[in-house]
Amino acid sequence: MYTQGLDSLGKEALHVSAADTAALEARFQARVDADDKIEPKDWMPDAYRHTLIRQISQHAHSEIVGMLPEGNWITRAPTLRRKAVLIAKVQDEGGHGMYLYSAAETLGISRDQMVAQLLSGNARYSSIFNYPTPTWADIGAIGWLVDGAAIMNQIPICRCSYGPYARAMVRICREESFHQRQGFEIMMTLSSGTPEQRRMAQEALNRWWWPALMMFGPSDAESKHTAQSMRWKIKRFTNDELRQHFVDVTAPQAGFLGLKIPDRELRFDETTQHYHFGAIDWSEFQNVLKGNGPCNRERMESRQRSHDEGRWVREAASAYAEKQRTRADAA
Amino acid sequence: MTEKEWPLFEVFIRPRSGLEHKHVGSLHAVDARMAIEHARDVYTRRQEGVSIWVVRSSEVTASDPSDADVLFEPARDKVYRHPTFYAIPDEVKNL
Repeated sequence: MYTQGLDSLGKEALHVSAADTAALEARFQARVDADDKIEPKDWMPDAYRHTLIRQISQHAHSEIVGMLPEGNWITRAPTLRRKAVLIAKVQDEGGHGMYLYSAAETLGISRDQMVAQLLSGNARYSSIFNYPTPTWADIGAIGWLVDGAAIMNQIPICRCSYGPYARAMVRICREESFHQRQGFEIMMTLSSGTPEQRRMAQEALNRWWWPALMMFGPSDAESKHTAQSMRWKIKRFTNDELRQHFVDVTAPQAGFLGLKIPDRELRFDETTQHYHFGAIDWSEFQNVLKGNGPCNRERMESRQRSHDEGRWVREAASAYAEKQRTRADAA
Repeated sequence: MTEKEWPLFEVFIRPRSGLEHKHVGSLHAVDARMAIEHARDVYTRRQEGVSIWVVRSSEVTASDPSDADVLFEPARDKVYRHPTFYAIPDEVKNL
């Protein structure tokens, strides 16, 4: 959120010989180690910049695409209260996308470039949004599990070494906690309802449990970026640490709802004081990532359609502003 | 993409009267009026403000981080600018 309007880099970036780079990198790492924040105009290694652009833009795209599975239920929410809440939540997701795009822009990529990367399929978004929401209970499960997992991922990013990303994340986390609670409330209502409502809640949990665990990314052994990202303090905990923490806090919540987590191996381990859970089917994750999830094509078609259908509005707004400017200049 | 990108604006919000406007982020808009409308939706969904300023990002001139020492180092050894620099006996009141 400070801007590429301030985009000209500091002078020191302009005349850097190869010999100086090592010194700059050492100074950069020392600042990161000392928990100093890096700001847009500060010198940073190219790889740090590119890692952040990839991560922040991917995160922004996820917020934007994430509006689709839930927006699907706005017209069919069971009560006016639920509808008002869902609209507010979906609007928040749009806002979160905006905060994050702004943060990414401070690194020297433009908004239009990012949108183009999303629409051309060159940029990724969280694969969780490629699953369908066939019933109202899915909206509850998304708030409870998907937003719950997202919050767990995002809270440590509030302390990320890159200032604009950390600040965007603080704002987002503050807003997300209502998302998770409204989801849990939907699940509470359904699970204390009629047998049919209980079944809906259980089936939604069955659908979303494993995809939610996959949101934390590949296991530590497979994760290419973790070590470097932790050294740069972009990441504070490994994927497996966060996933374990999620299972530990979520399993008792499912117990409270009287719902059964779809994992036969799940049990509390007295010696480790953690829940043990079964192996994740990573082939499914890879398959969804490759574009073969249940809704990949539909999501991208929706994004593309709204981009195309909004074009005349963007053009008209630009033309109007231009006309106003010309008139003001002439006056 | 042939569309021209909308210019970037910096957004400042006054949380309530009596407090100063504070930078909260940035957004794209065709003009200042639209920037205020967008800022309302993006940055004040939870009553975060009572007043909004927007300014084109290109109008902001910023200091260069590599000038930080030149600009700010001279203040570092002037501790006598702070009241705690002066030792006053406890029995002296109202100082």
